[in-house]
Amino acid sequence: MTAAPSTPNTGLFSRTGPPGSRATWLWGVIGILLLLLLWEGYKAIGPEAGVVLGDTRLLPRTSDLAMPHTWDMVTRLFEGETQARNASPLWVTVVSASAFTLGIAAAGWLAGVVVGVGLALVMLRWKIAEWALLPWIVLSQTVPIIAFAPVVRSWGAQLELGPIQWEGWMSVALIASWLAFFPIAVGALKGLQSPETAHVELMHTYSVGWWTTLLRLRLPAAVPYLLAALRLGAANAVIGAVVAEISTGQRGGIGRLLIQFAGQASSDPAKAWGPIFGAVALGLVAAGSVAMLGVILSKYRRTEEK
Amino acid sequence: MSTPHTTSPAREQSPPAGDSAPAVAAAHIEKIFPTSGGEVHALSDISLSVRPGEFVSLIGPSGCGKSTLMRLIADLDQPSSGELQVFGKDARQARRDQDYGIAFQKAGLLPWRTVSDNIGLPLQLHGVSSAQRKARVQGLLEMVSLEDFGDHHPDQLSGGMQQRVAIARSLAEKPRLLLMDEPFGALDEMTRERMQTELLRICTETGASVVFVTHSIPEAVYLSDRVVVMSPRPGRISEVVDMELEDPAARGDDLREDASYFRMITAVREALHGGAPSGRGVETR
Repeated sequence: MTAAPSTPNTGLFSRTGPPGSRATWLWGVIGILLLLLLWEGYKAIGPEAGVVLGDTRLLPRTSDLAMPHTWDMVTRLFEGETQARNASPLWVTVVSASAFTLGIAAAGWLAGVVVGVGLALVMLRWKIAEWALLPWIVLSQTVPIIAFAPVVRSWGAQLELGPIQWEGWMSVALIASWLAFFPIAVGALKGLQSPETAHVELMHTYSVGWWTTLLRLRLPAAVPYLLAALRLGAANAVIGAVVAEISTGQRGGIGRLLIQFAGQASSDPAKAWGPIFGAVALGLVAAGSVAMLGVILSKYRRTEEK
Repeated sequence: MSTPHTTSPAREQSPPAGDSAPAVAAAHIEKIFPTSGGEVHALSDISLSVRPGEFVSLIGPSGCGKSTLMRLIADLDQPSSGELQVFGKDARQARRDQDYGIAFQKAGLLPWRTVSDNIGLPLQLHGVSSAQRKARVQGLLEMVSLEDFGDHHPDQLSGGMQQRVAIARSLAEKPRLLLMDEPFGALDEMTRERMQTELLRICTETGASVVFVTHSIPEAVYLSDRVVVMSPRPGRISEVVDMELEDPAARGDDLREDASYFRMITAVREALHGGAPSGRGVETR
């Protein structure tokens, strides 16, 4: 009859231990170091022309053009974006483009949350809606966004929403939400359906209605599922935004920068890596923000058992 | 969040006859479950009356329908035919009026709520003000001896403590009827005996009637005024055994070593085994 002190799992990376523990960060750093070692190691010992078997290239060329030194990539970030005397450092360009894309991805993510949770509620309320909607929701994700991104843009350009002018970034956000809503809808539905029969029957014995059961039982019980779904949704929104920027030709974001600098890679190979780092950081910031949400909602991640 | 029809205590709305009406009155209840493999006759011709303040146990082998009967009383299921009244009302109305509290074998606490918030859940759902709720929860914590654990979460408690929280929750709205489906089934024997004694004390304090489902003969005998022995396929009442023991309020651990206690255990055991000779009814499935 003693109360054991509990350590609820509330970490940024909840699977591996307590929040932000030194071990977690250490493993992260070790991972990055290993990656660097692999890159530079292969570059040092690998053949200049790469490894080719028949017509298939198994390993890339190790020339500075194909694989710039990691330190070159980093130092390039602090040099001017262009040769011009008044050019700002590359990292400034990358960060501002990343922030632009992050904003669009966030808007898409929010729209995805609203649509995804809304769909989950409808499917929870009416079983027949689940049968009717779920196949379409799955099907929606099989449409390649590269194919329909230009369509969304041209349709959007013809839209007139009263005083609001449809702008290019809205098309990008719409496509990001298209990718984001799917895991959220599926995860939210699973979470809302997760309470045990005993709990649902208990609410029935209290004679409370559907909405009260939703608020007091189903939503809190869905939090662990929702957090995972929101994180997946955030990652999808970022990918969606970057790809949509590229395929709709949206300027100002990291997607455009990726293409633009890749085109300059033959003369300035390290430069192309700037926006790649930006895109990686973007994904980390997006997933990390959702993880912070998990810390705030940690009490809903408890289970009845020890 | 307000539910007007329940903000005032439900008891005031019950008809005047409510106080004299039996807590549970079942007449010729039948329950048939349609399944893919044909109909399952779960309950057959169940007639039973539970007086106010009476402790009645339902005992019998698995499949005898004792839990089903309790679920009918709780309006978690409806009888196929027959009449079932709880405090002179139909079961649905009794549920709406919150005339009963219920506890299951699994404590069924909400893991994200503290012990206090779990006990106060039914009060919160029915719009009781937070000050009143706090006072009531404090009293209930004392009743189940968990004063120091109000701020703990369920995962920090042992199984016995979780079950005490569930019992406190079932008592939150001062129900006149407690429905308990093997609430101590998952506990070890020592905890179980202590919980039984506590339950008797709580029942004496609150004066509530209890319908208690169990498959432990000693448990049924120790707790009950009457033990209803049921037999399976179809589930029916084979015998009702009156417990000729001292007053429940005075029962303590010494009763467990008393000759009258063993006599009653023997009586219930014989009713159980005599009521269902081997081989009978096996062919139905």
